[in-house]
Amino acid sequence: MSLRIAVASGKGGTGKTTVAANLARVFGSPVQLVDCDVEEPNLGFFIGGASLGCETVTVPTPVVEPSLCDGCGLCAEACQFGAIAVTRSRPLVFPELCHGCGGCSRACPRGAIREAGHRIGVVESFASGSVLRLEGRLDVGRPAAPPLVRAVKQRIRPGPAILDAPPGTSCPVVATVRGSDLVVLVSEPTAFGLHDLGLAVQMVRSLGLGCGVVVNRVGLGDARVQRYCETEGLPLLAEIPDDRRVAEAYSRGELMLDAVPGYRALFEGLLARIRELCARRPFASVPAGGAA
Amino acid sequence: MKVALTTSGTEMSAPLDPRFGRAAYFIIYDLEDGSFQAVANQKSLNALQGAGVQAASTVARLGAGSLITGHCGPKAFRVLEAAGVRIYLTDARTPAEALARLRSGELQPAGGADVEGHWS
Repeated sequence: MSLRIAVASGKGGTGKTTVAANLARVFGSPVQLVDCDVEEPNLGFFIGGASLGCETVTVPTPVVEPSLCDGCGLCAEACQFGAIAVTRSRPLVFPELCHGCGGCSRACPRGAIREAGHRIGVVESFASGSVLRLEGRLDVGRPAAPPLVRAVKQRIRPGPAILDAPPGTSCPVVATVRGSDLVVLVSEPTAFGLHDLGLAVQMVRSLGLGCGVVVNRVGLGDARVQRYCETEGLPLLAEIPDDRRVAEAYSRGELMLDAVPGYRALFEGLLARIRELCARRPFASVPAGGAA
Repeated sequence: MKVALTTSGTEMSAPLDPRFGRAAYFIIYDLEDGSFQAVANQKSLNALQGAGVQAASTVARLGAGSLITGHCGPKAFRVLEAAGVRIYLTDARTPAEALARLRSGELQPAGGADVEGHWS
């Protein structure tokens, strides 16, 4: 089995990308670094590389054959996304709202709906030393990230992969973390950090996945996140100090380990803990058979 | 003819909601007999996306030939246009005031959307 680690967080700006990029840097053998934050991918600022090619991603979007349509409106009723409206016996399709679920064509009793690919974004791959980076970029104006996240994940090759998730706990995050061996949740020692970490832990548990916590900017707030981890029986994987040098390097688009090499041991230790936890799967602390 | 008006309440004196897709209620007013009913816009209000499209379908389904609201986005406009619903935009404070303006000929049908999608 290839190691697959997702780096996520409830709260935004806690350091997901920093953790994902630096883990890739200390990995020691070829690894894929996958930017699933397709609405604002930023791993490329820290680990660039030469482009290996760019692929267009489409979702199947309904096309109505007027001669077969009797205007019954079942397609519009089936659509949960407001992408079809039927008025005066004529369906209007809004491809930009379509999630490509195929519900409308199944609902049509007359076979009047066929599907055609509608572009939603791209996946580009880059080579940087032993890191192969995949980057999904959603087109501006597209409301639905999950189909593109899935397209990015389909392009992961056999071998280990580190996935950088979008912030939050909604559908794009679920699409990213699903299927991971371990979800690394990055938090910060503040009230907001703890609140959103709680949401992220609930999400991960309901998916039946295992997780561990990295606390970033330790020294900034208090020990509430660490206490929460202890109460919940969550492995505390690493603590990254609040360090101005790291913030300055980040603002220049530099990788933390390049700017402050002293942190190498911290990330090597984090990687070792991750490997150890993944080797111990399934996770005893996770309720089995969570909702999908 | 029936006129749909967007409101945040169920009475003719309730505030006119300037938003179309995310308005709490539609008041469907019958110009012939002066009767009206308030219809909750629940589905669109809670929709993650496509609120304007769904709201426009609702207004068309309720048999309104005209709509009076504050603003209308491009997708809702397309649906309403296809359904043959005339759109009037106003800054009137209540449905009663908006109807009075319609009757006095003060309102002109809109020729297109006046805001981008997701403006509110």
